[in-house]
Amino acid sequence: MTDGPVPALAARGPQRTLLLAMNGLTVRLPVEGSMRTVLHDVSLTIRQGEALGLVGESGSGKTMTARAVGRLLPDGADVSGTIQFDGRDVRSLEGAELKRFRAQVAMIFQDPRAHINPVRRIGDFMTEALRTNAGVPVKQATRRSVELLARVGIDDGERRLRQFPHELSGGLLQRVMIATALLTEPRLLLADEPTTALDVTTQAEVMGILDDLRQELGLAVLFITHNLELAAAVCDRTAVMYAGQIVEVRASDLLHRDPLHPYTAALAAARPSIDTTSHRLAAIPGRPLSAFEAPEDQCAFAPRCPHVQDACREARPSLTELNGGLTRCVRAAELRGRMEVAVNG
Amino acid sequence: MADAVLEVRGLRKVFGSQVAVDDVSFSLPEGGSLAIVGESGSGKTTIAKMIVGLERPTAGTIHACGQDRSTPARSLRDRRRRGREVQIVFQDPYTSLDPRQTVEGTIDEVLRLHHSWGKDRRRERVRKLADLVGMDARQMRALPRWLSGGQRQRVAIARALAAEPRVVILDESVAALDVSIQAQVLNLLADIHDETGVSFLCISHDLAVVRQLTQETLVMWRGKIVERGPTAQVLDDPQDDYTKRLRASVPRPGWKPPRHLRTA
Amino acid sequence: MSTAAPAILARRTTTAWAALRETGPIGLLSAGVIAVAVLVTIFGPLIAPHDPYVGQLANSYFGPEPGYLLGFDAQGRDVVSRLLVGARTSMVGPFVVVVLCVTVGTLLAVWTAWKRGTVDAVVSSGLDILFAFPGILLAILATAVFGKGLTAATIALAAAYTPYVARVLRGAALRERSLLYIAALEVQGASPLGICFRHLIPNIVPLILAQATTLFGYAMVDLAAISFLSLGVQPPYPDWGVMVSENASGVVQGYPLAALSAGVCIVLVVIATSLLGQRLHEHAEGRR
Repeated sequence: MTDGPVPALAARGPQRTLLLAMNGLTVRLPVEGSMRTVLHDVSLTIRQGEALGLVGESGSGKTMTARAVGRLLPDGADVSGTIQFDGRDVRSLEGAELKRFRAQVAMIFQDPRAHINPVRRIGDFMTEALRTNAGVPVKQATRRSVELLARVGIDDGERRLRQFPHELSGGLLQRVMIATALLTEPRLLLADEPTTALDVTTQAEVMGILDDLRQELGLAVLFITHNLELAAAVCDRTAVMYAGQIVEVRASDLLHRDPLHPYTAALAAARPSIDTTSHRLAAIPGRPLSAFEAPEDQCAFAPRCPHVQDACREARPSLTELNGGLTRCVRAAELRGRMEVAVNG
Repeated sequence: MADAVLEVRGLRKVFGSQVAVDDVSFSLPEGGSLAIVGESGSGKTTIAKMIVGLERPTAGTIHACGQDRSTPARSLRDRRRRGREVQIVFQDPYTSLDPRQTVEGTIDEVLRLHHSWGKDRRRERVRKLADLVGMDARQMRALPRWLSGGQRQRVAIARALAAEPRVVILDESVAALDVSIQAQVLNLLADIHDETGVSFLCISHDLAVVRQLTQETLVMWRGKIVERGPTAQVLDDPQDDYTKRLRASVPRPGWKPPRHLRTA
Repeated sequence: MSTAAPAILARRTTTAWAALRETGPIGLLSAGVIAVAVLVTIFGPLIAPHDPYVGQLANSYFGPEPGYLLGFDAQGRDVVSRLLVGARTSMVGPFVVVVLCVTVGTLLAVWTAWKRGTVDAVVSSGLDILFAFPGILLAILATAVFGKGLTAATIALAAAYTPYVARVLRGAALRERSLLYIAALEVQGASPLGICFRHLIPNIVPLILAQATTLFGYAMVDLAAISFLSLGVQPPYPDWGVMVSENASGVVQGYPLAALSAGVCIVLVVIATSLLGQRLHEHAEGRR
């Protein structure tokens, strides 16, 4: 059951161009002979220069969403719904247009070492795309790489270009990946848990860099993480996913104060606080579900929700607008202000 | 002051030319909970490994339950005795269980190792441990691959508790878990601490987790302890620059990342 | 960090049958061929239609006729019966080689993986030296020193193959040893010997079986060659390798059936073990 066109959201600040629009995206993948739903009815928008956080636990579908945008879904995927980048349908791009798209949408991943060839120098890696796709001469590509390395806080770029990946720490390597992603002057950056594998101090630095770049270059970012606090801190808006569906989209500064979905409230409450000692946490019973495990005829979170009622089990709720955000909870309006979960086991 | 169940003095570990742990001393009181906090390269995991005997200290002493364990165990009997004193729950739930053994089998093996009990008594104890960590009979008969990460960690905790150790080292034991599952396991650990009086040594990079579980905290940086004190105090009023920086790096509502720094 | 749901993780099948099913149709076919060869090894002499040792020279190289499906060999004996009975030495020899080298190889691999450091360095160097000798050369040398027959050749081949097995298994044992459940057992105070035999080795059994299967084929070729050179099984025993050499004269005379059928038997089993072994290996490694 798909929604109509994405509801218009109250703009924050000057209205910027719509860069990415996903509408009713549903993805099924072949697993062990049968098709399994991994994403259901995902609708998102990202504007030029905006940072959208995408938060979820295991099976929430957040990585799959980024892959769908980047046209990196595995073979045999069954996709319905639309993804529009700059007004063009992403799924139907071919040839030269696809190449242009790939230059405009860059992706960085959680583990930089898994995405870089360990036996080639950093310089080769960085300049490869420019040299082979855009035919840029080596000297120019190198110069550009050094510029970008400086932009991400690496001053001795020339030396670094001659090094091999194993000579760099995780944090440095992730900065190199960011610089590489910027080489093609993208307009949208898909960042899939880019700081999860890093120390928290390094994470803070890398987030600072991303933030600066976003402002300097007007770069839009889809920032995927499991860390609700991090997303809310660095993104303009945050979307929360559960069981392959978007359950809430909210302006980040309102997310903790005024959540619109019990899952968001529960997730925030389940995190131990660094400021206060609480002997027991408000844990959500059960475990996070994947899209294919979630029942199709009721709210996916119903089995674990402390506010569940009969209405929740009647049908799968649709994404509706509330107070400038989106929510997939039928009781959202009445529960506002009292979504906190009671402390339990 | 309660007797120290774990006492570490002047601990040092050198790998080649690199000093991983430099002159670390601390004591864990009976029934207490101590955290060692740090990032990668701080040496905190190396300390844990030295305490359980997976690494050998270059210098310094480790005493657990009054017995010296600074050098490797001499006999099988010594090894087993040490296993009854200090146990560990590792970070990775996906490789810390033998994939060919059921949960029951895993815990039963530990019991057979430490006790000469009959089958019935062992089964009873396995059931009690399963209850303690919140697992049902069906899950006990399962192989690890049918269990989720959170469930596997519960098994790892049950296994660690099977021999009734005095100290349990939690080596980033919740770091690999989803937030909602992490909360469940943290609650479980808090309950176990209250019910059994076991002492915790919590190795973590996550300050919030540490606040939840421990009374005292040591902050480590590049092998040295840079700050120590009651957990709440260290987190609310850090003295050392590194601790301050660590604290300031944790995202929370209203947090903004620092302007990016230049590297060498 | 939160990881994918368990269903998406690599699994390890526990039952042999499920593992076999996953090797695909070629794997199953190969297993079938090997199974037939094993059955022939066991029951060959019982189902042989004629006495493999008795023949009339007058029938030498006669073509196929009713009751003598593959005709007669150089000495006028029934080829089918000789093949059925000859399966014994042809199959048992490689089996013994494999059992020996896999046992010793596994023990060495696990020991060096456990101890690491100096022990590993010394043993690995020693094995490297042994590795330099081609199996069949060692086997010929052994028969020259210790006399003809399968015993010397079998032991020599086992010695020659051991370094190869040890090398492959050492890698797997090292990986397994670095997993946390082994560390957990160490911390519990379990004895290293107990850990190795009850946990480490069982978890590398799929790879051990894959190795054993492939090496069976190699051993069979090498031993058949030894017998072909008249250094192994001696006539009148109907070993397949011996049959190829005995009936070689028939090939140039235009009566290839006797030699060819023995050769085909060898080739079939070797190909089957090679294909199955390769698939079992992929299964063992790919399923981590």
